[in-house]
Amino acid sequence: MTAVSDARLLEVRDLSRRFGGGRTLFGVKKPQLTAVGALSLDLQKGETLGIVGESGCGKSTLARLLVGLDRPSAGTIRLDGEDLAAAGRRAVAAKVQYVFQDPVSSLNPRHTIRAILEAPMRHLLGLGKAERARRLDQLIEDVNLRPEFLERYPHEFSGGQAQRIGIARALAADPDVVVLDEPVSALDVSVQAQVLNLLERLKRERGLTYVFISHDLAVVESVSTRVAVMYFGALVETAPARAIFAAPRHPYTRLLIDSAQIPGRQRAPKSGGSGELPDPYNPPPGCAFAPRCSRAEEICGEAMPGLEARSGDSQHHVACFNPIPLAAHS
Amino acid sequence: MTSAAAAAVTAESQPRRERPSTLALLLNNRLAAAGLVVLGLVVGAALAAPILPLADPNATDPAHRLAPLFAPAHLLGTDALGRDILSRLIWGTRVSLAVGVSASLIAAVVGSAIGLVAGYAGGRSDQILMRLIDLLMAFPYILLALAIVAILGPGLINALYAIAIVNVPFFARNIRGITVGLARREFIDAARLSGKGPLRILWSEILPNVLPTIVITLSTTVGWMILETAGLSFLGLGAQPPQADLGSMLGDGRKVMFTAPTISLVPGLMIFLIVISINLIGDGIRDALDPRLRSGALARPSFRTAIAEPLDRPTAPLDAAATLDVKGLRTDFRMGPEIYHACGGVDLTIAPGQCLGLVGESGSGKSVTAMSLMGLVPSPPGIVTGGTIGFRGEDLATAKNERIRTLRGSAIAHVFQDPLATLHPLFCVGDQIVEAIRAHQPLSRSEAEGKAEELLTLVRIPNPAERMRALPHELSGGLRQRVSIAMALANDPELIIADEPTTALDVTVQADILRLLDTLRHDRKLAVLFITHDFGVVSEIADRVAVMYAGKIVETGPTTAVLADPAHPYTRMLIDCVPVMGEPERRLDAVRGRPPAVNQLPAGCSFAARCPRVEPDCSTGEIVLDEKRNGLQARCLHPLEPGETLA
Ligand SMILES: Nc1ncnc2c1ncn2[C@@H]1O[C@H](COP(=O)(O)OP(=O)(O)O)[C@@H](O)[C@H]1O
Ligand code: SF4
Ligand code: SF4
Ligand SMILES: [Mg+2]
Repeated sequence: MTAVSDARLLEVRDLSRRFGGGRTLFGVKKPQLTAVGALSLDLQKGETLGIVGESGCGKSTLARLLVGLDRPSAGTIRLDGEDLAAAGRRAVAAKVQYVFQDPVSSLNPRHTIRAILEAPMRHLLGLGKAERARRLDQLIEDVNLRPEFLERYPHEFSGGQAQRIGIARALAADPDVVVLDEPVSALDVSVQAQVLNLLERLKRERGLTYVFISHDLAVVESVSTRVAVMYFGALVETAPARAIFAAPRHPYTRLLIDSAQIPGRQRAPKSGGSGELPDPYNPPPGCAFAPRCSRAEEICGEAMPGLEARSGDSQHHVACFNPIPLAAHS
Repeated sequence: MTSAAAAAVTAESQPRRERPSTLALLLNNRLAAAGLVVLGLVVGAALAAPILPLADPNATDPAHRLAPLFAPAHLLGTDALGRDILSRLIWGTRVSLAVGVSASLIAAVVGSAIGLVAGYAGGRSDQILMRLIDLLMAFPYILLALAIVAILGPGLINALYAIAIVNVPFFARNIRGITVGLARREFIDAARLSGKGPLRILWSEILPNVLPTIVITLSTTVGWMILETAGLSFLGLGAQPPQADLGSMLGDGRKVMFTAPTISLVPGLMIFLIVISINLIGDGIRDALDPRLRSGALARPSFRTAIAEPLDRPTAPLDAAATLDVKGLRTDFRMGPEIYHACGGVDLTIAPGQCLGLVGESGSGKSVTAMSLMGLVPSPPGIVTGGTIGFRGEDLATAKNERIRTLRGSAIAHVFQDPLATLHPLFCVGDQIVEAIRAHQPLSRSEAEGKAEELLTLVRIPNPAERMRALPHELSGGLRQRVSIAMALANDPELIIADEPTTALDVTVQADILRLLDTLRHDRKLAVLFITHDFGVVSEIADRVAVMYAGKIVETGPTTAVLADPAHPYTRMLIDCVPVMGEPERRLDAVRGRPPAVNQLPAGCSFAARCPRVEPDCSTGEIVLDEKRNGLQARCLHPLEPGETLA
């Protein structure tokens, strides 16, 4: 399945983002941590790529790099073959947009909804007044809001409504890719479904491609076509959504799936905890999951496993020396 | 209002809650209003100086020098050169006000600009700008002004610059602080993604948000700046003779202080009136814009929630065998004329070793119910108006404050969603647990330390001896929540009230914490009230579930029964709207509309506006919570049969 390279929208190669480092004014070395380390990833047109992982594993950092809110320390992101670093932030923003986790704090409290939604049309697309008004009417209808909301201020909206405004803002410039960073985590369960259904419809109608970040596996499973599991700044497993939930191959993916609470399921009490994340300022050598892994072997503490297809399935990649055999799931 | 559609519309477009306007609050503040009147008179007089029938302020008349107050043709007398004091006072006030206000404006504009740029740019630019500002601040205030005037030469305009420069750091620091906070907010990122450049972001995104602060800072400093200008003039560095300003008049008067004290007293009094009135107004503005004052929550929190007198108590006897037996609990919030029935008649029973899951949307009253048990709802505005709170047969609603103090943190303990909110940031966790133990048990420090370490081991914190010395922020979210649980266990509680204790945690950590709580309650026969909005979590830990909606329990029963075949349509909808792992194809049905506001609950069923099974009889009369089938109780007239789905 390598012949589909023309459908490849976003190509991420060896992307890294390090924080800290360097020296203070007095020459003292500052500690450095790698939030995203040498990460490679392809995004196909029309897919919804779900990214899961524990907090602090680098999901948001990756998302901010993808939309150009942050600059990589190393590596490249190509959109339709064009290097994003060379394109400039405006050009990127016209094609890749972002939906924030906290709907209310992503809207300026002193601007009307109209001003918020018009900004991308004005500054990214340079549209005139009449054209903006026309698009705005369409947009506000697309996200199921009433036209009179345009003159109101953000604090007058509930979380669900505010998130629909946030989605409208992201779509105002007609992007190809939308990166959604925990778009429903701050919402009440009763309104999550509204927003998820809306995202599904918009994707269909506008031919969008999504990167959907969440720590909620059930949500990711229900929206994604493909899932990437992130641990400690790196991808440890990528596969079509069905395959990864039915037959996870990386021990960490397994742990995540086993930890999720499912209504109507009561787990047998397991002894011992699931372990702690390694210290980001002092990463362990070899596989970062080794200290928590029950399948660890000697090599795991020495070398870094690469993300590759380790069985017949070319779509299922796993970064593990001793992946869970497929037979274990049948 | 029987049609569901009409009800849904009103729920969506509820009138916005009215808050007193800033001006109304300002005028309500008597001191500020008085300041406003005084300042209005002074400014009015100063503005009207050219058209008032005043003598020439600079015309000397040695024949009538040092005329006393109320002398003919000189209401306030004359000074040592025979100039009319009333005229000089009004013209001088005009000059002083103009200089003080201009200096303030210059300082505000320059200082705010520096603050905005430094705060938004961050990094090196911020450091360099702020070090320069620090340098300015390192000089004593008046000394710096003197030095600047010494360089520029004396004169009113130079004094103005000096005062402005001296006050720049004050604005720069204040505004930078706010800008730094704003620059990290998500709406700034959103603006960048909307294609706005840095200057446009500063101007159109950040400035509107700092403008109120600039205005407040201005209103609280302009009085001082007028005083400082007067100070420079008094020293002969500001207004030059013969021009009058308040400071130079004071200086002139000083020479004849003992023979004609009124000459210096009059301008002194004027300075006093201006400064005090401006400061009163400034304080008034600051208070009026304080959101805490607006919501009436500035009062010191009381030790315990107020209890209504008389308390509406159900007559049914308390179940002494149950750890917790709550009947008819009602808690209101009284805010202005509105009464919010946040907890509107709740019954809960938990036996020893049992866990009750309390489920509901945010705002449904779960936390208020839980906080009411131990009187932790802030009063005002909260007040318990009814109910009995049975704890092993004892009614906590009518218990003495002393008794509540003893129970808190010992027999009844809380675990909250955010452990950082309960742990003190500056003390290591070991000390905090020791403190909690010794508050209720007569142990020596070393004994308590031993016990604290045992507790940390019990909640499975790796390396407990070392973690005792860790500060809360040095621990991960999961470890912190374990510390909170250890603290809750410190005095062998019989009831743990856990309010969304795992909501902020990752799935893996959440699973660990749930397992821990489950083991503990079985081993120690703890009763647990577990609040959450997640049915997955509930089925993991709770024996029984109570579903809350708009302040009332709408369904309760054994967990498996409620989850598999709820009787109440709301429970069904709440279960159906969340994705479940392993069922990606399942259609998610959103619950349309919003819960009603608890200050204007509809008659009959409060879910009627959103309910697909609503019938005309749902909107009349009180609907009771009664047994529907095999242990399920629901507050519904048309409950679901087992296996029945919603249309
Ligand atoms: N601006 C920053 N400065 C320093 N460290 C950061 C910064 N942003 C993120 N990090 C660190 O990078 C790691 C990944 O963070 P993040 O991408 O926010 O994770 P997630 O989205 O999975 O919660 C964390 O260790 C976090 O503390
Ligand atoms: S590489 Fe080794 S330690 Fe890492 S996940 Fe695989 S088996 Fe476990
Ligand atoms: S009583 Fe039952 S059927 Fe009637 S509106 Fe309420 S929940 Fe719906
Ligand atoms: Mg994040």
